[in-house]
Amino acid sequence: MSSTVISHGAAHHDAHDHHHETFLTKYIFSQDHKMIAKQFLITGIVMAVFAMVLSILFRIQLAWPEKDFPILEIFLGKWAEGGRMKPEFFLSLVTIHGTMMVFFVLTAGLSGTFSNLLIPYQLGARDMASPLMNMLSYWFFFVACVIMVASFFVESGPAAAGWTIYPPLSAVPTSIPGSGLGMTLWLVSMTLFIASQVLGGVNYVSTVLNMRTKGMDLWKMPLTIWAFFLTAIVGLLSFPVLVSAVVLLFFDRSVGTSFYLSDLVVQGQILPNEGGSPILFQHLFWFLGHPEVYIVVMPALGLTSEVISTNSRKPIFGYHAMVYSLVGITVLSFIVWGHHMFVTGMNPFLGGVFMITTLIIAVPSAVKAFNYIATLWRGNIRFTPAMMFAIGMVSFFVSGGLTGLYLGNAALDINLHDTYFVVAHFHLVMGSASIFGMLCGVYHWYPKMFGRMMDTKLGYLHFWLTFIGAYLVFFPMHFMGIDGVPRRYYAFTAFPFMEKWVSVNMLITWAAIIAGLAQVAFLWNFFSSIWKGKKATQNPWNANTLEWTTPVEHIHGNWPGEIPTVYRWPYDYSKPGHDTDFIPQDVPFSETMSSNLPHDFEGNEEAIRIQNEWNKANNREIIEK
Amino acid sequence: MKFKINNRFKAALGCLLAVGLLFSTPSFALQQDSTAQDTAVSMTADTAAAADTAAAAPAATDSVSTVSAAGATAATATATPEPEKQIDPQVYKNMTYYILLFLIVCTIVAVIGKVLSIYELTKRMNGKYNPFANNTFQSVLFIIFLVAFLAFVYYGYAVWGSWAWRDAVTEHGQRIDTMFIVTTVIITVVLVLVHLLLFTFPYIYRMRAKTKAYYYPHNDTIEKIWTIVPAIVLTVLVLFGFFTWRSITNVPEDLQKSALQVEVLGEQFQWQVRYPGADGVIGKRNYKMTTPMNSYGIDFNDKNAWDDIQASDIVLPVNKSVRFHIISKDIIHSFYIPDFRVQINAVPGMTNYFQFTPTVTTEEMRERMNDPKYDYVMLCNKICGSGHFNMQKKVVVVTEEEYKEWLSTQNKYFTEDLQKEFTAVDSKDSKELATASLN
Repeated sequence: MSSTVISHGAAHHDAHDHHHETFLTKYIFSQDHKMIAKQFLITGIVMAVFAMVLSILFRIQLAWPEKDFPILEIFLGKWAEGGRMKPEFFLSLVTIHGTMMVFFVLTAGLSGTFSNLLIPYQLGARDMASPLMNMLSYWFFFVACVIMVASFFVESGPAAAGWTIYPPLSAVPTSIPGSGLGMTLWLVSMTLFIASQVLGGVNYVSTVLNMRTKGMDLWKMPLTIWAFFLTAIVGLLSFPVLVSAVVLLFFDRSVGTSFYLSDLVVQGQILPNEGGSPILFQHLFWFLGHPEVYIVVMPALGLTSEVISTNSRKPIFGYHAMVYSLVGITVLSFIVWGHHMFVTGMNPFLGGVFMITTLIIAVPSAVKAFNYIATLWRGNIRFTPAMMFAIGMVSFFVSGGLTGLYLGNAALDINLHDTYFVVAHFHLVMGSASIFGMLCGVYHWYPKMFGRMMDTKLGYLHFWLTFIGAYLVFFPMHFMGIDGVPRRYYAFTAFPFMEKWVSVNMLITWAAIIAGLAQVAFLWNFFSSIWKGKKATQNPWNANTLEWTTPVEHIHGNWPGEIPTVYRWPYDYSKPGHDTDFIPQDVPFSETMSSNLPHDFEGNEEAIRIQNEWNKANNREIIEK
Repeated sequence: MKFKINNRFKAALGCLLAVGLLFSTPSFALQQDSTAQDTAVSMTADTAAAADTAAAAPAATDSVSTVSAAGATAATATATPEPEKQIDPQVYKNMTYYILLFLIVCTIVAVIGKVLSIYELTKRMNGKYNPFANNTFQSVLFIIFLVAFLAFVYYGYAVWGSWAWRDAVTEHGQRIDTMFIVTTVIITVVLVLVHLLLFTFPYIYRMRAKTKAYYYPHNDTIEKIWTIVPAIVLTVLVLFGFFTWRSITNVPEDLQKSALQVEVLGEQFQWQVRYPGADGVIGKRNYKMTTPMNSYGIDFNDKNAWDDIQASDIVLPVNKSVRFHIISKDIIHSFYIPDFRVQINAVPGMTNYFQFTPTVTTEEMRERMNDPKYDYVMLCNKICGSGHFNMQKKVVVVTEEEYKEWLSTQNKYFTEDLQKEFTAVDSKDSKELATASLN
């Protein structure tokens, strides 16, 4: 292959950078972006499994609210005395499930893994701008995870005010046991997590802006990098606002201030707080909370773009439109947060304005979905497991995104707000879609991460069980929401109109259990392939981007010799006139005279002249489209 | 080499299967044993219960037998907590059984996987291997999935949709319903079309032996079309939604005043309802005046509060505009009546309003639903603690006359006890004032 780097500079590079790597510096306190990516991924997977088990626990409660499960008492002790879960603990489960999935899995596990892995690789950089900050980013995240898990071992239990931790419920420990020490740990964990995100985000942005290899201008970057870059910007601008929300809540809880509290009589006790507003917290929270949704979904969109293009053997349709729609989503994501607060008592006129901005954001999202389908059209589609997950991701993104048209509409939101309809909506559009984006990334870049291939058959099994399972779990929830069943209800037994949904709940729970067990196929595949997988070749998917020009074995500095120069965009798949169906980014146009198009030269007259001469000499005619 | 690996795998899998079966057979047996035990236990329990009732029957006449019956119940009472503390070993057995079941499923999956790869290998050896066989297979699965998905969506709409849907019974709710239907039609069309394309393209354009993709990086016209068309559809929806929303939330001031005023206070985990009484004005509330007696915290210095009525349910006259004042005593709750398409949060420290007009009485709704027990219900829709799932209030819509009749039977908040307490506090206050002025 033309792009294989000849390692004449390797000896030189190794010579001046030859330092002794101990186990500690290589695997634990590593500053190498590849190792940090793996650390993020494996921590993310562990957190995902943990959060998934929590969800199955509360799903069991919802499906069989009247039944005892003595086995639960063995694992949960006093939280499930006699085998029946307590309502407070149910709320803790949904809270920690949400927090872990949104922040630890889909933020850190997704963008932490793939930004770290792919930004230096795909841009042609030896490492991140600041490897030390990168390492700190991981370790802050790790400590945040440990603290969050530790809150399960606290006497009063983990935080239980929902992942949105609205005060006063989260601020007043007498209102719910989880708002005691568990809530404090939640806040500490989240502060550390935000520090991690900011350290990571600064690193990603500066690496993308400063460390691109020769020839890699912004419009030659793969869509993955665009997605990570814009995600990092969104994170940098919005996460600090959550810090302020968290710190003020911490003051209200521990110092006795009244930022969010006023006029409270909790459990017959008149509280001294005066003058605060719970609505203030909601504004601060959702100023992060809504961009967070895009922090979660944009990297997934980026990974999917790359995988769909590579496996359709076809350029991504409308590269510029894809970038502009990402930019549009980035900008709009900051002015839509109020749609979470239509019925909180926020000024209704303001609600109307937020509704307009919210529905505008559907336009760039629609463009992305249509462009994916146009990419598939007349492709030459190869169904690797990664491609399956990418197609599944588009399906979830569409079917979950469409219901956003109801919820973004303030008038319709009156009846749907905080019901199961919302649960269904965001689990499809950001939960399932992002998880599928992440899994698609794992299957696709696994050979790059571990130098081995994952088993494809298990991959297909995993895909189909999870894909069908996710639809069976989340699709029926829409109808419960339309009926008016609120989310976070411990049991549906108190209302006659909810009784009909218990049978549906059983279907959902069984689907969730089976889809959960299907993840064993993934875990087995993932961990056993690290040692037992088939050895990967350098470019197993015949892809164009730069990471596939690095050797299979990980080396310090990524490329043994010089960093390759970039000459073309990353999507030259199936270019007419070329002998293979892909042309990597580091192949100069002089080597592909038979396939060059006038558009490729971006107005460089000398190059066009040379090409025209060659065309004449070789009787090549170019049909302009 | 490959065969060697295969043999080793087969051996390992065979062993696993054998071990699995070995473990599972006794566990099946145990399972049967335990069910037998269970029935035995339940039978003894039944007989015990029978004995109890037998003992209880003469208890009315004979005091001695009452003692013995009491003794028996005491015995059972002491007996029952014991098995609760110790977890029945059966629980562990069941758990092991399920884990083994899962392991067997895993083994079967692994065996099938191996069989498939051996099948592939033999094909390869015979030179009949088609490298695109799996590709085609997966693309066919997508087509099958498409059919199943569309059927599932149809089933959902037809069955669960009909379970979920009840026409709104308020004036503004009917406008919301219209918009809901319009949105549903639009998104269903898009959902079906997108999925038709998304799952048929993989089949049509699957990789085959001699296919090549069409190099088609962009087409500005098409891209403009699918930017502008959604934008237009969304503009229509936005305008439609915006004006509906404004008409619901932005009620003219004279209509606000002419409406029936009702105040609802949320607290962990119940609702309290306050009607204004004859003067039509709801008295002031001051949370600092909350006492065990005056748990609502009504400020009785405000004379408007003296005739305020404490209602057990929310009862509303039909076809009359009602303005709800929603407040909270402790944390955030949400005032939500699904049938009315009404929701607004109850936030401590501020009052939220929702004004609407119910159009169908409970009686009419019961006929419409063909359910004589059907009731409108107001429920809490914002996470508020352990009792969140059962924080409700019945809502009854009646005719004007029935409403007046009902209202006259309700009690006032300012009960005699409260009046005493209030005057006592008042005189104490004035005494304190007097002493203060003396000092």
